[in-house]
Amino acid sequence: MTIQFKSETFRDDFTFSNSPEAIRRFPFPFDKDEYMYAVNIEQHMPGPIKSPYEFPIDIDEHYVAEMRDRALVLKEDPLRCQSLPHMLTAEWDLVELLMESMAKNYPEHFELTREGDAWHWINRPLGIDQKFTFGDTSTLPYPPMEYITRQCQGDFCLCDQRNDDLWMDAGIVTTQADWSLDFDVGMSFKEWHGPVPLAHDIGVFDRALKFLLNLQQGRPVRRLNWTMTINPRLDTSPENYHKWGIDRTTVTPENVGNKVHLRVELQALWRLPRSNAIVFSIRAYLIKMEELVTIPKWGRRFHRVLRDLRPELADYKGLTRFRQMTVDYLAKHDDGAPTSPGFFPD
Amino acid sequence: MLVSDIKSRPVYKGLTVDDAARRHLVAAEGEGALAVLEAFGDAPEAWSRMTLLYTPGGSAPANHAEALQARAPDAFHLHPTRQTLMTRLRALLDTATMGTRLYATGVEGFIGQVVAAGIEHGVDHFSIRTEHRGSLARRVQCVHCKGFMDDVTVSPVTCAHCGVPLLVRDHYSRRLAAFQGVSIDAECPGDVPAAEEIFK
Ligand code: HEM
Repeated sequence: MTIQFKSETFRDDFTFSNSPEAIRRFPFPFDKDEYMYAVNIEQHMPGPIKSPYEFPIDIDEHYVAEMRDRALVLKEDPLRCQSLPHMLTAEWDLVELLMESMAKNYPEHFELTREGDAWHWINRPLGIDQKFTFGDTSTLPYPPMEYITRQCQGDFCLCDQRNDDLWMDAGIVTTQADWSLDFDVGMSFKEWHGPVPLAHDIGVFDRALKFLLNLQQGRPVRRLNWTMTINPRLDTSPENYHKWGIDRTTVTPENVGNKVHLRVELQALWRLPRSNAIVFSIRAYLIKMEELVTIPKWGRRFHRVLRDLRPELADYKGLTRFRQMTVDYLAKHDDGAPTSPGFFPD
Repeated sequence: MLVSDIKSRPVYKGLTVDDAARRHLVAAEGEGALAVLEAFGDAPEAWSRMTLLYTPGGSAPANHAEALQARAPDAFHLHPTRQTLMTRLRALLDTATMGTRLYATGVEGFIGQVVAAGIEHGVDHFSIRTEHRGSLARRVQCVHCKGFMDDVTVSPVTCAHCGVPLLVRDHYSRRLAAFQGVSIDAECPGDVPAAEEIFK
């Protein structure tokens, strides 16, 4: 199964788009016609073939272009990748997790050979052939976390566990929904979730933290989160908000189907073996409204979700300026028919 | 005590003396002098194990420095500014020995900088005893250019470094010792509400 990697951009001329196959496999996040925060955590088990849940780490047609965009972000702003000194063991754990998973599930594209600590990694799409000594940072061109995450789609946070809490002590974050790693490094679970409305009061974070503190090695979990983005821009960081915020004012009834994107984060969590840290992966998928409505169930359902969304959530997610125009667009694709339960297309 | 529902803001529990400490390393700013005087009272024993750093800030006319010195701390460092105090504190942390207890008191931005310096030197932030005294002015970091501003009392505030008008968010970073400032007119260029004095 060879993936055809697209040449496309997530900035300036925004040539990103989804193939029909990518649309069908999109991780649509609503299994009902309404949405509210919940502890929506499930086992990260292999899902249906060709779905983004088939493998622990999903590589798709946007891989090469996304890695190029990440390199551009890091060149402009090295603070998007940070790690406190005690996180080095967790960084190596991450190297192992990602290389093993990518090589096992995409053997046409990635290859890993291990002989003791002598490792050999081949990444064909990016043209990388690297021999290194596992555990010896001087044998890689970047620190271990940065090295492997420059080659893997999705943002990553490494959380240390101590004092019955999780601490965001390392990460690489270049495709975020408006939060700053530089600001959050060193925070605890409830501190970094501070700005989220309503969820603290209904106990979501108490229960989620308790669950994560007991996360077992070899039993990863996942959840979906979502927001909306104008233009297929991956780097919607607070750092650059004064540059991209204006995009939210450019939506018109004529361009809404093309400009407004649903942005879904497939988040997975693993307990790491050597460090006992937790890795949190945040893999973003973008789909424009025109593409979304090609799946009739999704068009209907998203119309209802967005129409009835609580204003606190709409404000927090930054949708307020273009929400009504998007609801009006989607209304034309909602005939009022009942929708079937579950996420998948009919 | 400063009561707040900002989830990422530290709780300043008040200065209580650690009787087991062999050395009290105390950093105080402005009205924080009064917290030190109250907490350590007139137990000469505790003062004789104290290294005290003090910068009067806006409280200079009250002459708290004299009251502190009168209690005869083992070492007393009076500093003209927070910056010079922090330089001395870092040097003391570099050579601090086992059994040293760190205390910080004064305005929030000052406490934050002391705590951040402690963390950089391997001190667990839970172990640092803190008490807020003085104004509610905030230390703010511009998320765009990463420049810091001390003693911000208004929002919005214009970034002193890059000039972007900033909303001061209710979100605090312990590592940076600052609240986050983020562009207030990104979605409506030039439309900046009048500054309101809300952190007094
Ligand atoms: C250790 C793993 C996790 C990390 C590193 C993480 C990180 C974050 C961050 C940085 C934000 C943005 C906060 C901001 O606005 O500044 C966020 C939002 C959020 N997180 Fe987490 N999170 C984790 C686990 C979870 C879990 C297990 C849940 C389960 C309930 C959860 C629920 C949420 C929710 C509901 C939001 C608001 C999202 C939105 O409305 O767009 N998080 N998270």
